[in-house]
Amino acid sequence: MLLEIQSLTKRYPGSDSARPVLRDLSLSLAAGETLALTGESGSGKSTLLHLVGALDRFDAGEIWLDGHALSALGDGARAALRRDVVALVFQQFNLIPSLTVAQNLSFHARLAGREDREWLDQLTERLGLGDFATRYPEQLSGGQQQRVAIGRALAMRPRLLLADEPTGNLDETTSDAVMALMLDLVAESGAALFLVTHSERIAALAGRRAHLSNGCIT
Amino acid sequence: MTRVALAALLSHWRRQPLQLLTLLIGLALATGLWSAVQAINAEARASYAQAAAQLGRSDHALLSAPSGWIARKDYVALRRAGWKLSPVLEGRARLGEIAATVVGVDFLSYPKPPEADAGAPEVTPERIFLAPGLLFAPPELAVQLAAQPDLPPVVATADLPPGVVMTEISLAQYLLDRAGQIDRLLVLDAQPINLRPLAELAPDLVLTPPERGTETARLTDSFHLNLTAFGLLSFAVGLFIVHGTIGLAFQQRRAMFRTMRALGISLRHLTWLLIAELGLLALVAGLLGLVLGYLVAAALLPDVAATLRGLYGAPVSGGLTLRPLWALSGLGIALIGAAIAGAQGVWRLHAMPLLASAEQRAWAGVAVRRARFQALAGLALLAAGGAAIWLFDGLVAGFALLAGLMLGAALLLPALLDLVLALIQRRTRAPVAQWIWADMRAQLPGLSLALMALLLALATNIGVGTMVSSFRLTFTGWLDQRLAAELYVTARTDEQGAALHRWLEQRVDAVLPVRSVDALIAGQYGEVVGMRAHETYRRNWPLIAAAPQVWERLDASGGVLVNEQLARRENLWPGAQVTIGTDWHPEVIGVYSDYGNPVGQIIVSLDTLLARFDGVPYRQFGVRIAPDRVPALVTEIRAQFDLPASAVVDQAEIKARSLAVFEKTFLVTGALNVLTLGVAAFAILTSLLTLWGMRLPQLAPVWALGLTRARLARLELLRSVVLAGLTALAALPLGLLLAWVLLAVINVKAFGWRLPIYLFSGDWLLLLALALLAGALAAALPAHRLRRTPPADLLKVFANER
Amino acid sequence: MNVRWPVLVLCLLAGSAHAQGFAGLGTTADGFAIPQRGTALSFPRDHGPHPKYRIEWWYLTATLQGEDGRDYGIQWTLFRSSLAPRDGQGWETPQLWMAHAALTTPDAHYLDERLARGGIGQAGVSIAPFHAYIDNWEMQGHEGSGISDLTLSASGPEFAYDLTLKAAGPLVLHGDGGYSVKSAAGQASYYYSQPHYEGRGTITLPEGEIAVSGLGWLDREWSSQPLASDQTGWDWFSLSFDSGARMMGFRLRDDMSGYTSATWIAPDGNTSALPDGALKLTPLAASSVAGREVPTRWRVELPARDLDVTVSALNPQSWMDTSFPYWEGPVTVSGSHMGRGYLEMTGY
Repeated sequence: MLLEIQSLTKRYPGSDSARPVLRDLSLSLAAGETLALTGESGSGKSTLLHLVGALDRFDAGEIWLDGHALSALGDGARAALRRDVVALVFQQFNLIPSLTVAQNLSFHARLAGREDREWLDQLTERLGLGDFATRYPEQLSGGQQQRVAIGRALAMRPRLLLADEPTGNLDETTSDAVMALMLDLVAESGAALFLVTHSERIAALAGRRAHLSNGCIT
Repeated sequence: MTRVALAALLSHWRRQPLQLLTLLIGLALATGLWSAVQAINAEARASYAQAAAQLGRSDHALLSAPSGWIARKDYVALRRAGWKLSPVLEGRARLGEIAATVVGVDFLSYPKPPEADAGAPEVTPERIFLAPGLLFAPPELAVQLAAQPDLPPVVATADLPPGVVMTEISLAQYLLDRAGQIDRLLVLDAQPINLRPLAELAPDLVLTPPERGTETARLTDSFHLNLTAFGLLSFAVGLFIVHGTIGLAFQQRRAMFRTMRALGISLRHLTWLLIAELGLLALVAGLLGLVLGYLVAAALLPDVAATLRGLYGAPVSGGLTLRPLWALSGLGIALIGAAIAGAQGVWRLHAMPLLASAEQRAWAGVAVRRARFQALAGLALLAAGGAAIWLFDGLVAGFALLAGLMLGAALLLPALLDLVLALIQRRTRAPVAQWIWADMRAQLPGLSLALMALLLALATNIGVGTMVSSFRLTFTGWLDQRLAAELYVTARTDEQGAALHRWLEQRVDAVLPVRSVDALIAGQYGEVVGMRAHETYRRNWPLIAAAPQVWERLDASGGVLVNEQLARRENLWPGAQVTIGTDWHPEVIGVYSDYGNPVGQIIVSLDTLLARFDGVPYRQFGVRIAPDRVPALVTEIRAQFDLPASAVVDQAEIKARSLAVFEKTFLVTGALNVLTLGVAAFAILTSLLTLWGMRLPQLAPVWALGLTRARLARLELLRSVVLAGLTALAALPLGLLLAWVLLAVINVKAFGWRLPIYLFSGDWLLLLALALLAGALAAALPAHRLRRTPPADLLKVFANER
Repeated sequence: MNVRWPVLVLCLLAGSAHAQGFAGLGTTADGFAIPQRGTALSFPRDHGPHPKYRIEWWYLTATLQGEDGRDYGIQWTLFRSSLAPRDGQGWETPQLWMAHAALTTPDAHYLDERLARGGIGQAGVSIAPFHAYIDNWEMQGHEGSGISDLTLSASGPEFAYDLTLKAAGPLVLHGDGGYSVKSAAGQASYYYSQPHYEGRGTITLPEGEIAVSGLGWLDREWSSQPLASDQTGWDWFSLSFDSGARMMGFRLRDDMSGYTSATWIAPDGNTSALPDGALKLTPLAASSVAGREVPTRWRVELPARDLDVTVSALNPQSWMDTSFPYWEGPVTVSGSHMGRGYLEMTGY
């Protein structure tokens, strides 16, 4: 199994400890699988995604990612996992403003040490970013920025792509186009996708679905 | 990976070249000012050390004759009694077209003969001792001398200070026209056992212990100490800029840091990358600063050299050599500066959660807490500085006070300005005015670092300016007082002294004998001077504390005057008793200032001195005479009594020289002042420019409400000028406090004398004007930009709102 | 003191290269006088300085026994060196003076050095009465008695001595009536001695004063060309035997067998000069002194006088660490003859 979540519990310090954000949650994802997680605002979807991406720590249970038990890993090893195994696409795009589109696209792949020119060219073309390669993120529209973020994530050929409301900042038309493109490319790259969204319409595009409410999968 | 990540970090600067420029220039300016001062100091110190070593002043005790010179036979008699001594003759001479200080030594006994530079003529005993002899001279002078006809061969040597020629004593006696004379005897190391004491063998000669030989250094140390303090303060000003820019660069890249961590760069790795980035920037800026410092120092050094050479007679080369230690210290200070400025950023990076959402919770209310913390830290620093001087003694405590005062005041400034602006705001009714003051308060946090820099720069200006001016006024005044007589004459012998006295009395307005002996004063060797309370002294003597009718009592009751150093060291103020020798305990009736003299001195009436001590030399006289008659009298005395040039000293000459010196000092401090102020103005400019990005959204609504862009631009200018003005007002008391610390605390701790403070309110007005100008200049560019902003840009502010 | 300065002083004493003379001529190239065979020495005149000669010395050593039963030795040496073959008054004189004084005990060696200018009264030698001095170091005779009655004093940072010396025998002229050849090439000096002093007085050590008595030996020598250019140093012995006889012997070392010379002084003061090769010197043991190996035990043979003795240093560390460093110290003599003496070695 690429991802195995067992009896996961997460509380936020200072908040009501009797009501954890995530409670005894278990879930798994195989390589190449696509999963859409839906839920209300504040249901803990993003928190779960952050935990899987080794961006935050949990209180009980365990996450197995590509054979590593995340609770046992230090900061360096967690960073290495994010660099080499997982890729993230955020709602706010999180591009590096001082790098050009082309530099942003290849950034993660170069960090991971597996820059594949051909694959990058292919991605650039498919994402329709060819004309913007030398522009800076602030000169792009929201949809274009998110396409760069998706390209950056896939360029390093992650085993697992984590996407947190990837189209949350986009209008409906743009959103659909971007989503379709992302699913296509994920399928082509052979990565697994863990998609968090509040939109049922988008969730419907995924191979598998799960719903989160009150900190539990239903 | 490191390369990719570092490139991403550095890409920020490519997109923000102005910020990069600010950072580099700020750090370079800070380093430059610091290194300029250091270079000047290092150069001057190296010159003294060299001079002191060459002239045998630092390591050896000296024997000298109060009468002016020692006869050769007296030297030989002391040698024959077993004392290992080395004779030195020194004087000014014209060698062809060139005036130089000629130092004659006995090359057989002289402890540190100069070594010839490579390429100089061969030095053999025959060439040194036999006619025509050799002249040793520093390289530049050697070239000049070699071009003069009829001089002995010249040997270049790096061991001699500028303007000094060293040669065999027989040749020196000829060049100086002083056959048979010796100025001083160095007391060499490893004296044999069973010697008769010098005091018995040569009661007429004065033994100066090695440390007293560095009188020059004592005085010039004061100058250097103050320059160093100036250098540190300038550096602090620069540091505020760097702190501001680095802080901003960290702030602006928070999102980038977070993204980079999300993409798999560990916190530790990122930290090292940032440290490497800072180090790289500091290195570049440090090198720039070194170049800048070198240029500033090279431009100022001739003046400093002239300053030190003029009054103190300390020879300083006008040329600047790049000393590795100096360069290293400059780079070091740049790195340390960047480290101090960057430490906070790195610390915040570590405290920063990986997830933005968590941050919002953690940092709520942090700005308010920070402002309060800063003000409290300022108060704590002020208190710590005060406590240091209260609890501890010594120079370090003085500097602690200085540091606490300056930093504490700087940290308090934002809170103070906020308070003042709030008060003004409360009294304002007009809506636009209310907005202006509220807006100014809102802008304070962003501008506070630059304003702190301005505060420090202005306070340093006022403090150092006041100090230098006070120093000049006091010192020249003191020279006037101490050198009250128009002419000073020294006879060769007591008999000649008596004859000279009789001869002078028939020709001049008054003859004031100067007679003194060395004696134990409160357990340490010092000087007891006998004085006849002539009207000249009554009118002029610089008393800083006195019992009533001090001059009458000096003659009548056997009371004594003590110099300030002694008074402070032994706590001898009017009414106290001082022990002279072992069994004489006269009452102190007055204390006088005696700048630059490291030893204790006591003045008694001449009759008392003669009654108490045997064999008091009778050779030195002050002469009161109409100034226009001085030159004629000098010629006549020399002809009549066959006295060497150095035995007849014209007071006007000394004064003219010392006044010229202070003009030079002013030039140097003035130049440093302008530079420091420039740095502070630059800080304001950069702060305003970095705030510019946030400015439009704030101004757009006001513009929409009907204020024209031109008016807004004027208000921008006004805002900057008002803040600069308020800061200048705050800087005035701080600067005066700084001057007080320098003059009354640090100087006393370091040298034992306190300088009175004189206030120069005219200078303050000028400085206030300069501060306002700096504020206006700094805001000129942003204001101009605002005036030219197309309305479309202002409209965008509304369009962008989500 | 810097490094080059001693080198200068060394030049002064050893005679710099360009000042080398030519044997057989009356003067060196730069006008200094050269010793001539057959010149009769005359006293007291020749006790005084000879400024026309480049170098000259008054060299007194004494082997002493203290009231504490220990052996001591003292050295008092005054060197004169001319930069030009003339005298002069004041600082301008070309006459320079250097002196060494030492006090040797079995376990310590104290020394001091003085340098002085001639012409100003700081150092010099006069003959009526005899008076040699530099600073407060003095060798003082009495009016009319030449050098047969001397008081001698010197002091350094750690020692002092004060002796009276009476000559119990005549002056001794070395070589051919005082003309002493120093090399096969003919370099020579004027050389005479007063080897017959009996002395007493006090020495002052860091521990205190000690009364001493013993034998003294004064060497007088002047020349303008002390060494041939291939000579590297010398070993010089002055030995006083219990029999009352004395011997002066030296060897100037070179790449070959060296050049030796000796004077045998019978108890009655009669002398015989022994030619090159008569004296045999063999080092028996060396000591490590001041970073070099110096022979401090010697076999000394003079077959013509049935002499075969071992000469041992009282203190092997008697190194004269002066501007011109060398080894000089008291020695004891055993073998065919018993006695005491002084040994000087240069060029090690």
